[in-house]
Amino acid sequence: MRLSKEDIKRISDLARIELNEEDESLFAEQMSGILRIVNKLDKVDTSGMDQMVTPTGFTNVLREDIALPSLDPKEALFNAADREGAFFKVPRIIEVD
Amino acid sequence: MFEPVIGIEVHAQLKTESKLFCSCSARFGASPNSNTCPVCLGLPGTLPVLNKKAFEYGIRTALAFNCKVAEISGFDRKNYFYPDLPKNYQITQQASPVGVNGYLDVVIDDETRRIRIKRVHLEEDAGKSIHEGGDITGAVFSLEDYNRAGVPLLEIVSEPDIRSPKEAYEYLSMLRRTLLYLGVSDCKMEEGSLRCDVNISVRPKGSDSFGTLVELKNLNSFRAVERSLEYEVKRQSELASENKEIIRETRHWDEEGQTTVGMRRKGLAEDYRFFPDPDLPRLIIGESWIEKVRSDLPELPGERKARFIRDYELPEYDASLLTDTQQLADYFEEAAKEYGHAKTVSNWIMGELLRLMNVTGIGIESVKIRPCDLVAMLKMIDKGTISGKIAKTVFEEMFTQGKSPGDIVKEKGLVQIADEDELTKIVDLVIQDNQKVVEQVKAGKDRAIGFLVGQVMKETKGRANPQMVNELLRQRLAGEN
Repeated sequence: MRLSKEDIKRISDLARIELNEEDESLFAEQMSGILRIVNKLDKVDTSGMDQMVTPTGFTNVLREDIALPSLDPKEALFNAADREGAFFKVPRIIEVD
Repeated sequence: MFEPVIGIEVHAQLKTESKLFCSCSARFGASPNSNTCPVCLGLPGTLPVLNKKAFEYGIRTALAFNCKVAEISGFDRKNYFYPDLPKNYQITQQASPVGVNGYLDVVIDDETRRIRIKRVHLEEDAGKSIHEGGDITGAVFSLEDYNRAGVPLLEIVSEPDIRSPKEAYEYLSMLRRTLLYLGVSDCKMEEGSLRCDVNISVRPKGSDSFGTLVELKNLNSFRAVERSLEYEVKRQSELASENKEIIRETRHWDEEGQTTVGMRRKGLAEDYRFFPDPDLPRLIIGESWIEKVRSDLPELPGERKARFIRDYELPEYDASLLTDTQQLADYFEEAAKEYGHAKTVSNWIMGELLRLMNVTGIGIESVKIRPCDLVAMLKMIDKGTISGKIAKTVFEEMFTQGKSPGDIVKEKGLVQIADEDELTKIVDLVIQDNQKVVEQVKAGKDRAIGFLVGQVMKETKGRANPQMVNELLRQRLAGEN
């Protein structure tokens, strides 16, 4: 399977990564290569096998419903790019068409 | 003629102590970002661990809505970017919801309508955004509070089985009542612990095709759901009858203008790229776990209502009203069991008690009259200690002061006057003062005697035994002849 420049554009839109045309061509090439490798898995016969969601094999991992102390808001906000009072401050939300 | 086809999605916050995947408090109203931790802030290297109670609430609700509970359930990531979502994905149940294929019976105009429930699943809530500079379109910045991020939500999705705005209202009322009976959610729309999205299309009546779907948002009450649907049914039917195009879009309910307004459409279809969350092992829900949760289910509103009609021989109307909340139903049952005559208890609750609760804004959980006090008062009426009329005064005093009816009657001197000598004196006085009316009675205008009875009641401030007054008046008037 080969990814087109349009595929790359769609993927970068979804990931909110801005690419120029040169990048688009480059990544179309590179990601097609990655897919070619991964596609080898398609040749493996998996009929009759269950889907593996986690490699651990664990099931029913649950915790009791007990509230424990949270972070101090100062700590929670420590790495925030911007803040106002105890809020995280972010640029206005724009719907992307 | 067109008919609406309506489906409803409800999100209910679960009443747990902690969040769905971390131990932060799930309580509403804390100061901004004080209930957050590395897990719900989506910091790298953290691991979510599922809240057992929240998951069992999911099974509990699925069972109450007659769903098939999944044998294997799990969580998926729904990927999208929005600042109220710190991880850039929401953990939800796309592929293996906890329950599917259920139903909820709703009674409308004495007719039971079965609304199918497509799925019940758990997911985490997002944070809360405050848009600076007014609404979202004019805002320059948004402020984010992640206290709500990770709070457990239950999503309940109906099939498009709802056929009128009124049915939508009744479906939501019954759904909410059921969740409250189950004790899994507070269902407070004003705090956002219950939210609903509605989708609606219209089609020619009798057709089994589906029209173009419109989604309605900003529905802050069940009334808003009903009104917005009424508006949409009219709007879409008009467009359809003129063969005009109905656009697939999301419309915003404008409470002030009582209209729906189209929002900007997205150019591309949503692409959430769901995949199983590898951080969360799957859940194997065995028969024994399901049975354990099932055995813990309370009597549900529909069942309780049916039992009230059957066991207490109440009219359907009474049973509906009394089972509106568990607390009210418990109150009624306690009093009815002790007193015996259930309909009398029902009359007092539906009449005086609900009226006073309405006037004062006091909920049943804070009512000072205990069921046994109500019974004691009813027994005083039966014994003739107080009149039915005075009982209303006593009841009001009980409501405001929380004292026993016996104490109030004693303190206020409200004991019914059933003493013949005492009453005769007052009767004579009334006869003397109302000679004109007395003449009318004697002239055969029997109804005029009611006025005289009223005068005696007035003199005694309602404490006279009306039957005795009536008899005494007739005796005296007959004697004068």
